[in-house]
Amino acid sequence: MIKNMPLSAMIGLFFVCLYFAMAIFAPWLAPYGMAEVVGDVWEPSSAAHWLGTDNIGRDLLTRMIYGGQTTIYIATAATILSFTMGSVLGFLAAVLGGWADQLLSRSVDLVMSIPSLILALVILSVMPVTVPILIVVMGVLDSTRVFRLARAVAVDINAMEFVEAATLRGEGRGWVIFREILPNALSPLVAEMGLRFIFAVLFISTLSFLGLGVQPPLADWGGIVKENKDGIVYGIGAALYPAVAIATLAISVNLVADWILNRTTSLKGGRG
Amino acid sequence: MGPALRLVVQRIALGLLLLFLVSILIFWGTLILPGDVAQAILGQSATPEALANLRDELGVNDPPLTRYFEWLGGVLTGDLGTALTNGKDIAESIGSRLENTLFLAFWAAVIAVPLAILLGLLAVRYRDRWPDKLISGVTLSTISIPEFLIGYVLMYFVGVKLGWAPTVSMIHDGMNLGQKLHSIALPVAVLTLVVLAHMMRMTRAAILNVMQSPYIETADLKGLTKFNIIWKHAFPNSISPVVNVVMLNLAYLVVGVVVVEVVFTYPGMGQYLVDHVSKRDLPVVQACGLIFAAVYITLNMIADVVSILSNPKLRHPK
Amino acid sequence: MSDPFVKVRDLRIGATVYPPGEKPHDIEIVHGVSFDLEKGRVLGLIGESGAGKSTIGLATMAYGRGGVRITGGEVWVNGRDIMQSSLGDLRRLRGGEVTYVSQSAAASFNPAKRIMEQVTEAAIKQGKFSRHEAEQRAVYLFKKLGLPDPEHIGRRFPHQVSGGQLQRCMTALALCPEPDLVVFDEPTTALDVTTQIEVLMAIKEAIAATGVAALYITHDLAVVAQVSDDIMVLKTGDMVEYGTTDQIINNPQEEYTQALVSVRSIDHEEKQPSPSPALKIENVTARYRGTNFDVLKNVNVELHPGQTLALVGESGSGKSTLARVITGLLPQRVGRIHFAGRDLDPVMKNRSKEDLRELQLIYQMADTAMNPRQTVGTIIGRPLEFYFGLKGKEKQKRIQDLLDQIELGEGFQDRYPAELSGGQKQRVCIARALAAKPKMIICDEVTSALDPLVADGILKLLLDLQKIEDVAFLFITHDLATVKAIADSVAVMYRGEVVRYGTKSDVLSPPFDDYTDLLLSSVPEMKLGWLEEVIAHRKMESAGN
Repeated sequence: MIKNMPLSAMIGLFFVCLYFAMAIFAPWLAPYGMAEVVGDVWEPSSAAHWLGTDNIGRDLLTRMIYGGQTTIYIATAATILSFTMGSVLGFLAAVLGGWADQLLSRSVDLVMSIPSLILALVILSVMPVTVPILIVVMGVLDSTRVFRLARAVAVDINAMEFVEAATLRGEGRGWVIFREILPNALSPLVAEMGLRFIFAVLFISTLSFLGLGVQPPLADWGGIVKENKDGIVYGIGAALYPAVAIATLAISVNLVADWILNRTTSLKGGRG
Repeated sequence: MGPALRLVVQRIALGLLLLFLVSILIFWGTLILPGDVAQAILGQSATPEALANLRDELGVNDPPLTRYFEWLGGVLTGDLGTALTNGKDIAESIGSRLENTLFLAFWAAVIAVPLAILLGLLAVRYRDRWPDKLISGVTLSTISIPEFLIGYVLMYFVGVKLGWAPTVSMIHDGMNLGQKLHSIALPVAVLTLVVLAHMMRMTRAAILNVMQSPYIETADLKGLTKFNIIWKHAFPNSISPVVNVVMLNLAYLVVGVVVVEVVFTYPGMGQYLVDHVSKRDLPVVQACGLIFAAVYITLNMIADVVSILSNPKLRHPK
Repeated sequence: MSDPFVKVRDLRIGATVYPPGEKPHDIEIVHGVSFDLEKGRVLGLIGESGAGKSTIGLATMAYGRGGVRITGGEVWVNGRDIMQSSLGDLRRLRGGEVTYVSQSAAASFNPAKRIMEQVTEAAIKQGKFSRHEAEQRAVYLFKKLGLPDPEHIGRRFPHQVSGGQLQRCMTALALCPEPDLVVFDEPTTALDVTTQIEVLMAIKEAIAATGVAALYITHDLAVVAQVSDDIMVLKTGDMVEYGTTDQIINNPQEEYTQALVSVRSIDHEEKQPSPSPALKIENVTARYRGTNFDVLKNVNVELHPGQTLALVGESGSGKSTLARVITGLLPQRVGRIHFAGRDLDPVMKNRSKEDLRELQLIYQMADTAMNPRQTVGTIIGRPLEFYFGLKGKEKQKRIQDLLDQIELGEGFQDRYPAELSGGQKQRVCIARALAAKPKMIICDEVTSALDPLVADGILKLLLDLQKIEDVAFLFITHDLATVKAIADSVAVMYRGEVVRYGTKSDVLSPPFDDYTDLLLSSVPEMKLGWLEEVIAHRKMESAGN
């Protein structure tokens, strides 16, 4: 499996692992404390501060590492939530059909008829902005997309004759969902998980940038942009580091997801 | 036109129903969520009297149904209420901002749509060769960076380092079109980049799908030239998927505008919405949310109507 | 003496394959095939799937699908070596000198354009005719091909005409530019037999009238025997035998050709009905939910233990619907189903485990009937575990016994369906049904998706298993040769009704009702001149009326 991995996927996997390791071991890797003021405002990069310092003199590398931790933590939690909710409800809608399916699908249509960001802003205007609430809001909003995919995949598989054969054998709903449908639905769902994770990273960064996400002094990539954006007009690029971080993470996840999708669809063998 | 017309009418009715339900969702959604709006606006240190006054002003004490229909009635007659924070008429504040936002979105669309279709066609024409791979690579990177960061990257390099365009997009009535366009050059560029990537990828996929149909092989085996095959056989069948792609991305543009306006402090709807979310000015948020949702729903509806109208089976029933 | 119109010498065709988990590599799919074709003659290319026959057909137009390309040899058309031709020359060749009729006209017509525009397009673009001339010729061809309302049918869109009509329109499309060679790629395979015979006759007459050369590609030897002058038998990209139609049909030299000629000649002695039927369907009427039209109307049939009832009919006759009613997936509106001494509940969910076990189903597409993520061992083992509670060694032994019964050896237990051939897959499905020790198995077109020789093997296996296991088969098929091979009794279905029912010998011997007569006489026979005989016979009858 690893042996036949294309180079692009291998690079992607390397960066994904690197970022997650950085997130997990942030306190040991970061050279300074997260909110510790260690120098002047917007110092250029030096041996002491590889990326320089930020708008109030905190070490930028430290902020970036801790910021990655927050961003990745929130995005991961939101993805897990959206996946569990979306796929469980999607499968149920597909297998139950009829009234339950109609109710779930139409509600999802309704929520999806409003752009996620707009809906999130409306919700966050009345709710306190805390990390758990951000995770729940993002997870629930994004679960609509997972729901659609999971339902579509499950409906496709449910129409296959091997599922009918299992039903005719007298198998219960549990066997049909977990032994017949799930193993065949897994690969598109896992690939989609990558895309949802990227979306969550972009989403939380955007919210934080707008001042409606992670609140200071906690560091996160979107927040770092917000804190340092005023430097841009003076030619100070501190606000651009998160761009590099987000882009490499997102592209890496994309590459890995592409590989998973390609590998598993070809495994199915089709009519061969 | 029988069945096609019926489906179009059905789709438009569905759009209206959706708008109605969305208005309920936006109105009630902000009500049923936990959290005391008055408390949120005034903060923890608010006096009980102030809270009571504000609740009264918000109408929290009225039955929700009455309030909803009062609100909806107002929306339908163009009265969006007054902002809590400064007491100004919301409809008035939105008026010029909506115009500015549409101005920005319009120019982004004017550049992005033809460019995306052209690039999509190029990618199909040179499929799996270097132009295709280059286009895919570049679009993959722009998809992977959030809009606001693309904004700052452009601002840093084009605005500050090169000095080609203003980093703050001020716009007012005294400016002529040329000045206005110069002022919004960077936000338009950002929006174009963001939408271009999605639109181009989807156009490529839609046209490839058509190009792989057996009737294209038939055309090929008739000895037609590549141009004739694409123009006569692929194009008529691609209209509907491509229009769909364009509409979906224009809808996406609506969201992109919000963030980009904040980056370039452009006086539009997005900036207005974000400001008032932070200030927890509920009436403004509801009004803006509804307008954004309405634009989004309308664009999606147009996409569906076009695909119904371009379906030969529906236009020419048996 | 001049060169033949089409001259193919040592044609080699290659393709690039992308197997999962391996590096892409090149393979050869046609290994050196040679033939000649004169104007006015028809060469039949015959072989099973993967024989390379379509690939060879398209090669005469210098066209390869999805990365397929000519890697060696020569292809001369009309005195030109097409491998040396420029792209402009090839464009004149395609659509002007050589044209193509595909298997699926429905997919090959552009849905957004009117039929006339598409039929005349090549002739006009190639500069052979003016628009007016081309349209006149199209109308002439529509008439020649027996299309209704030939003056106006061209104004319709493809979705506005039936499948059989569209296939004839495709033939008109190919003949319109007065080509020298037409490649017919399985033009009648997707059609019902009664439609097939009409299209076949129309094609044959049109070929004769226009004097073109034709390559006729099919997997059905009986069909190709009716239209071609010469036949080439292909197997996995190799030429097996090449000769006149008369020689191939009446005096095949190679073993493979002999097997193809004698396909479906299984001798099956019909058994006598027993006093107590295993399955008795009484007055069954059914319709799909949300419709107001009965797809089954008052159906009455019986199936006796250890025997086979063939349910035969064309698409839309309701034969597969009857299977859904018996399994309880589509509860009947009226009537009852008596099975193994008891009445079956119309709704599957209310049936007992025993009901479900004793009534098994085998599907047409073995590909979709097996979970691609389960091994053969799991697929066969699950019913053993589910119905009989078998576990461990006992289960393994029984799985191996079943695998032996379906003539698959050891080592198949751990394979996935994707690793099996089409015939092997269908065998595993049979084993899965047998594992339940059923009293009756519904076989829904189980051999239709298979190549003739593989299908023959499956039919023989089913007959053997019936003797050993004493299981009854309800055999649903559109293929009368299959019916002859295995049935004890036959029910002919037409538009939801059983129009003829009885023992095989009664049903298949005269006097016939009109529909059965039409159906029986439409099945191509492996005999020269059959098509003309049938058409002449029909003309005589209609003249007599």
